[in-house]
Amino acid sequence: MRGIRVAFGPVVANDDVDLQVAAGEIHALLGENGAGKSTLMRVLAGLIVPVAGEVRIDGAVEPLGSPHEAMRLGIGMVHQHFMLVPTLTVAENVCLGLPSTGRFLPDLKAAGRRIRDLASRHSLEIDPDARIADLSVAGRQRVEILKALFRGARILILDEPTAVLTPQETEGLFRILRALAAAGTAIIFISHKLNEVMALTETITVLRQGRVAATLRTADTDARALARLMVGADVRLPTLEDERAAAPHDDGKSNAAARTILAVSGLVCRDADGVARVDGASLEVGAGEIVGLAGVDGNGQQELAEAIVGLRAAEAGRIAISGEDVTRASVARRIALGLAHIPEDRHHTALVEPLAIRDNIALERIGEPPLSRRGWIDRKAVARLAAEVMAAFDIRASGPGQTAGTLSGGNQQKIVLGRALSRDPSLVVAVQPARGLDVGATAFVHRQLLARRAAGAGVLLVSTELDEILALSDRILVVYKGRIVGAMARRDISVERLGLMMAGKAA
Amino acid sequence: MGSMNAILARLPAGLAGSVAAVLAAFLVGAALIAAVGVSPVTAYAALFEAALGSANGLAETLVRTVPLALCGLGIALAFRAGVFNVGAEGQLFVGGAAAGAIGVAGAGLPSIVLLPAMALSAMIAGAAWSGIAAVLKLRFRADELITTIMLNYVAIHLVSFLLHGPLKDPNGALAQTARLTSDGRLPVLLGGTRLHAGILIVLVAAILAHLFLWRRTEGFRLRVVGLNQRAALNAGMNVRRAVLIGFLACGALAGLAGFSEVAGVQRRMIENLSPGYGYTAIIVALLGQTSPFGVVAAAFLFAALQIGATTMESAAGVPSTLTTVIQGLVVLFLIGRDAIPLIGDALARLGDALARLGRKSA
Repeated sequence: MRGIRVAFGPVVANDDVDLQVAAGEIHALLGENGAGKSTLMRVLAGLIVPVAGEVRIDGAVEPLGSPHEAMRLGIGMVHQHFMLVPTLTVAENVCLGLPSTGRFLPDLKAAGRRIRDLASRHSLEIDPDARIADLSVAGRQRVEILKALFRGARILILDEPTAVLTPQETEGLFRILRALAAAGTAIIFISHKLNEVMALTETITVLRQGRVAATLRTADTDARALARLMVGADVRLPTLEDERAAAPHDDGKSNAAARTILAVSGLVCRDADGVARVDGASLEVGAGEIVGLAGVDGNGQQELAEAIVGLRAAEAGRIAISGEDVTRASVARRIALGLAHIPEDRHHTALVEPLAIRDNIALERIGEPPLSRRGWIDRKAVARLAAEVMAAFDIRASGPGQTAGTLSGGNQQKIVLGRALSRDPSLVVAVQPARGLDVGATAFVHRQLLARRAAGAGVLLVSTELDEILALSDRILVVYKGRIVGAMARRDISVERLGLMMAGKAA
Repeated sequence: MGSMNAILARLPAGLAGSVAAVLAAFLVGAALIAAVGVSPVTAYAALFEAALGSANGLAETLVRTVPLALCGLGIALAFRAGVFNVGAEGQLFVGGAAAGAIGVAGAGLPSIVLLPAMALSAMIAGAAWSGIAAVLKLRFRADELITTIMLNYVAIHLVSFLLHGPLKDPNGALAQTARLTSDGRLPVLLGGTRLHAGILIVLVAAILAHLFLWRRTEGFRLRVVGLNQRAALNAGMNVRRAVLIGFLACGALAGLAGFSEVAGVQRRMIENLSPGYGYTAIIVALLGQTSPFGVVAAAFLFAALQIGATTMESAAGVPSTLTTVIQGLVVLFLIGRDAIPLIGDALARLGDALARLGRKSA
């Protein structure tokens, strides 16, 4: 790709971008949110026509006007949000829209055989007859990869593929990608996670503000240098130590006597199949502390958080916020008691994506003055609140009327944080608050959580990213199979013991 | 629920989508007219001349607008709450029966008491009928798409039973109530036509619905619940309450449409009060993008189509059912707008293939 320029109105998303990828190479495309990574790849996938520049495949200039054209040239893309039909089987999804399997009555049996073949050749564990809805996230991702290969992809683009995976699943994905590269496939790996890029790729192109900041060999660089290239300056994620250094009297002991903000005891929650996802969990969060809830994904931490915020019914046990029993209380009551929820799922739980930013900011407080009086909404007050929150949380948009769904992940998360934290909450339940965010946005989120702690709020941080837990927590709890199996104060932290507890081996 | 969200998600935002769908439907309609050997211009001119070209035609169009708009407003409010209430037809019948019963029983009361009493009882009856489906949904998770359409049949037959029995005019042979006294009738707005005050009710209802949706906190919550129930729940909103409001508002407005047909047009409750206004109003609500003023405009357009249809048949020889086809096409174009580029793509590929074929044979 040479001299690629893409502009949306006055906004230039890509400017004079060159990118060269060889067969059998794993090439990282690194950059912050909004740096132009996805736009560049959408050009390659034939979804966007650039205003300038050319794409050469095997040396020949190709006019990439449509996804069909890109497919014909062997370009396959695995999008961040999977493009699969959940009610259909793997084979049906893979064949979808392919004339080669029969136009009206696709020969799914033959296709299934070919899929099995292809899958075993690339050691992708997939059952062609499984329904997509029954597959794990990692399984669905393998189907997407297979779909691209089935269509003859020689250039495979993966857009933030690890954002949805657990560490173990990420390792599995990397093994697959290495094998594919060894077989001659060119792989473009879009990411903003430095350690993954360092571990997986051979060459790295860093994009910043739509331009190429550098192209370098992975072996010749390190994470620190890459971070500098991405952001244009040195960034370091904030940690609790920074916070303590700034406030010398904060030695972590004063919190022990602090009043309890959240108390959970003997909580049990079952899923639709009657399986206990939370199985007698007990924990406490005090004022002015961050409690990190660590655990491998799927051990009940999501369900536990949902029960605390009121999105899931508790079958047994007790939940109290600031001393009041809220086990059966409405979400509204919990919010009134000072609860702020940063949900894991931005798109479906936190935001109403078709609504404007200002409406999303007003969501929890629309019924209170000054936003409304006697049921009449005061639009000026809503606009004022939106302007305040957008300024305080640095939400970048064309204005408060922009639809929330059109924003980048970082800006969406800032809306969620702004809405929840500007209420001066006494309890913050943050679930995977930095998932899918780049370094800059992650640092912002972490600073906000530390600021709430400093302001005296109790923070329950639920995360599967151990680095995040380690950086921010006063205390760490470990959840395994729906129970709290271990606790550790900050001064006693041992990553090794944590790892054992997370694996269910008593420490 | 799922089906309805799929439909709503496909609705194009804003006016442009609706206008495009209507134009496309009229274009296809023109092709159909040409196919029976009539000039589309002549036919459409006859249609709109009849519907809008004279005081009487315009009055008839406005009279037809009233039930379509009232039911459409109700359905639109339900849609906004994420409720796919297709029961406006039955709610209209129940409302009409209530209005007719009160109107007959209260004969002799002054108009200023009787008319509001009839309107109120119609709204309560319609809301209660819709409330059955609401309870079934909220308590037993029964899909309102099924229950409301089933309840339409129950309502129509129930009303028919009442008109054959308790509500029947003792001095008449037909299954209908006694004629309303003049105090139980909506005043005529334009002498020499049937245009009645129901059109003013439509305007007031549209303004109130607009204020409710965009200025009231309950309306805000209703929209949030309709767009994303989980986010609404997470923000501490009472989802069930918003869903219930959607059901009740729809029933009340459809009931009001029944009242307006009884008190403004028929002057008694009859068996065939509605030729499917409650169903056409679903399209009206979609075409109006579930925005109150858009719904009124869409109701006016569909009313004009229906009023002009018979004249078009007699004047131009085009079957009046063509307007039903156009109404159906509007829905198809509204929902299938995403497919238009695909069709263009397919045509382009067909063109390429033909060109290649041409080269080969040459």
